[in-house]
Amino acid sequence: MKNICFYFQLHLPYALKRYRFFEIGNDHYYYDDFQTEETIRLLVEKSYLPANKTILDIIHHSNKAFKCAFSISGCTLEQLEQYAPEVIDSFRELATTGCVEFLVEPYAHSLASVFNELEFERQVQLHAKKIEDLFGYRPTTLRNAELIYSDEIGEKAYQMGYQSIVVEGGRDILGWKSAHYLYHHPHKKNLKILMRDYKLSDDITFRFSDKSWTDYPLTADKYIQWIANAPAEEELINIWLGYETFGLKQDASSGILDFLKAIPYQAIVHGIEFITPTEATQKLESKDSLSAPYTSAWGSEEKDLSSWTGNDLQQEALQKLYAVTERVHLCKHKTLKRDWLMIQSSDYFRYMSHRNAYNSPYDSAYDAFVNYMNILSDFLLRVDAEYPSSIENEELNALLKTITEQEKEISNLTKQLYTKNKK
Amino acid sequence: MKALMFGWEFPPQILGGLGTASYGLTKGMAQQTDMEITFVLPKPNGDEDQSFLRLVGANHVPVVYKETSNEYIEQIIGKLTRLDDYLHYRNNIRYDFSRISTNELGCIYFYGRYPDNLVEEISNYEAVASVLAHSLDFDIIHSHDWLTYPAGKFAKQISGKPLVVHVHATDFDRSRGNVNPTVYAIEKAGMDAADHIITVSNLTRQTVIDKYHQPPHKVTTVHNAVEPLEHAETVIKAQRSEKLVTFLGRITMQKGPEYFVEAAHRVLEKTNNVRFVMAGSGDMMHAMIDLVAKRNIADRFHFTGFLKGKQVHQLLADSDVYIMPSVSEPFGISPLEAMQVGTPSIISKQSGCAEILAHAIKTDYWDIDAMADAIYAIVHYPAMYKSLRNEGKAEVDSITWEKAGLKVRKIYDMVLHQ
Repeated sequence: MKNICFYFQLHLPYALKRYRFFEIGNDHYYYDDFQTEETIRLLVEKSYLPANKTILDIIHHSNKAFKCAFSISGCTLEQLEQYAPEVIDSFRELATTGCVEFLVEPYAHSLASVFNELEFERQVQLHAKKIEDLFGYRPTTLRNAELIYSDEIGEKAYQMGYQSIVVEGGRDILGWKSAHYLYHHPHKKNLKILMRDYKLSDDITFRFSDKSWTDYPLTADKYIQWIANAPAEEELINIWLGYETFGLKQDASSGILDFLKAIPYQAIVHGIEFITPTEATQKLESKDSLSAPYTSAWGSEEKDLSSWTGNDLQQEALQKLYAVTERVHLCKHKTLKRDWLMIQSSDYFRYMSHRNAYNSPYDSAYDAFVNYMNILSDFLLRVDAEYPSSIENEELNALLKTITEQEKEISNLTKQLYTKNKK
Repeated sequence: MKALMFGWEFPPQILGGLGTASYGLTKGMAQQTDMEITFVLPKPNGDEDQSFLRLVGANHVPVVYKETSNEYIEQIIGKLTRLDDYLHYRNNIRYDFSRISTNELGCIYFYGRYPDNLVEEISNYEAVASVLAHSLDFDIIHSHDWLTYPAGKFAKQISGKPLVVHVHATDFDRSRGNVNPTVYAIEKAGMDAADHIITVSNLTRQTVIDKYHQPPHKVTTVHNAVEPLEHAETVIKAQRSEKLVTFLGRITMQKGPEYFVEAAHRVLEKTNNVRFVMAGSGDMMHAMIDLVAKRNIADRFHFTGFLKGKQVHQLLADSDVYIMPSVSEPFGISPLEAMQVGTPSIISKQSGCAEILAHAIKTDYWDIDAMADAIYAIVHYPAMYKSLRNEGKAEVDSITWEKAGLKVRKIYDMVLHQ
């Protein structure tokens, strides 16, 4: 029995405004709201709404045989709430069918899993809560930003209470193994690992309307036939794409939505079922353990982190950013904490890549770096104003402790004074 | 393949980028084993590097037949020109140029450089070209910049060999649109007569197509390159606590010096650990000194005057940022030289070299804020400096004249097979 597991990613960072160095210390608003709204509206109208409608239709028409999962980053959810609340409603409607699973991911779609474990944990919890608030549903499968994964991250996910995690099916991890099975963590046997079939996934995302591709045109018939032709014992085919594939990366005129619509019928004909990631971990048996000593990710050819952390610019920006994690956690300032999350989106660091900065709004990696560093400099000044960097973290903790205890002490003493006076 | 090239400048006697480019290109082309280059100059000095080409001094080519003793000829020009060559040229004088004043050898006196009687000198150069066209054996003619177009054109008429003109700059770049009609006429006539036109950037190519009305298929861009720096290891960055931002070039309208001053002012409003240097001279120098005083930044903004040779490389190496805010620059070789010694460069998008450099900061020449931002970033964010320094050097080292030479060779082959 073969199962197709579809999962769609929605992520859009906030557009950062052009921030010159002379604004450092004066201007603490970092976002280009007009640009953010324009981009999200474009995505919503060309892709999210029509695609949601199509998926809702096929769930109903297939008598709930079609199932899929979504992972929507925290900052995207916020943008949708603000600029396109109808999309949230539409996802709620999808959620009520029971055929849709929502995955949990670091709230800001950040690289925290690589740079700061605590921050990673905090963001995952924040996102889980957000999903629960919006869709009344506690997510159970973890999807790390950019599908970043290593044994350590897997262990961390398990410690946070997640039973399954989705991972890019790169050759470095799989070796000779097939992505079409369920696997488990080498030490934490209860953590199940799902591997993306990047060939089948990219066929839709990148090649669907490519006329120079030998398999053009791609029909649902042909596509499902490929899956059906795989060895009989291969039971889990993970097809995971960016949601903007539908309508934006592949224009509606290419027939991409009709392709999606036809998939369930072709699958039923071949006796192939649909499954969500969490269902897969419950229904299917893990075939083997899968070890990932090195960190991997999706996106680039190399399936590693080089698109985000590969050059000096990215290293400096990331190190400066995550160096203040603990201090920001101590802060009570709400806008500061929100900015902290928003400026962590992995996209900003990819824009600083010399080789892999697709979709970048900047002229060059340097341009992206300069703008980001100016913003970060202002942010660091604000953190510094709260807690001067001349004080070490431990010392700061001790001081804060004294301050809170001092209050207790004072109230204690006032009480004593009060009782004495009474006497 | 034998090429007859007409040039105006050649190192070490150079005044602008033309000489450097002529040298680099011919040296790069000489790597092709079957390439023979004869390079004509108005007035060679004798200290030029002739190891890879044959240099002909126009001032030693007779245009009027005058009878003199061989000893006397040897005595006058023997250091630079062989007697046999002189006699051979003299036997090939076919036209009457006695209207031109010549010395007792029948040779014309050339100033070289850019004298007041430039137009006369250009037409005298044409006369020399006619004698050379009759006496030399070559397959193709190649003219470097407008001063030599008439010579190239005449040589083509005489020999019937194809002409390639190389546009290193146009008068539109030099004058910000206020073109000199005489210069324009010479440029246009040369381009019209050419079988193919080489431009040093796509920017210049577009000017040639739009302003000189040349058919696009006749114009090809061959970007300039940069010679590997000799004794690069001797040019070491001096340690200093303050950062140095440098502008180097003629202080003229074309180079956009005022934008540099304004950007410096912006940077100094925020930070004071930076010094600015404007090296070079030009007709806008005094206006710039005034502007610096008016902005009240004279304590951090310095003028060095004109610099030469080693001083240039030393200043470039000492700088933390090199900036070229040119309003219009056909190519602009100096940022490449800065990058060779590991200095990050900021260049205007209106510079031809911006087309081939990825590891330099590009801003519009008028965008003072962006320029100031880039300066601030390079002096404040270590990764920015490090990345531009290392990646920039690697990038520049891969831009070689040999590759440019191969592109020119392709054009020769194409023109010859038309």
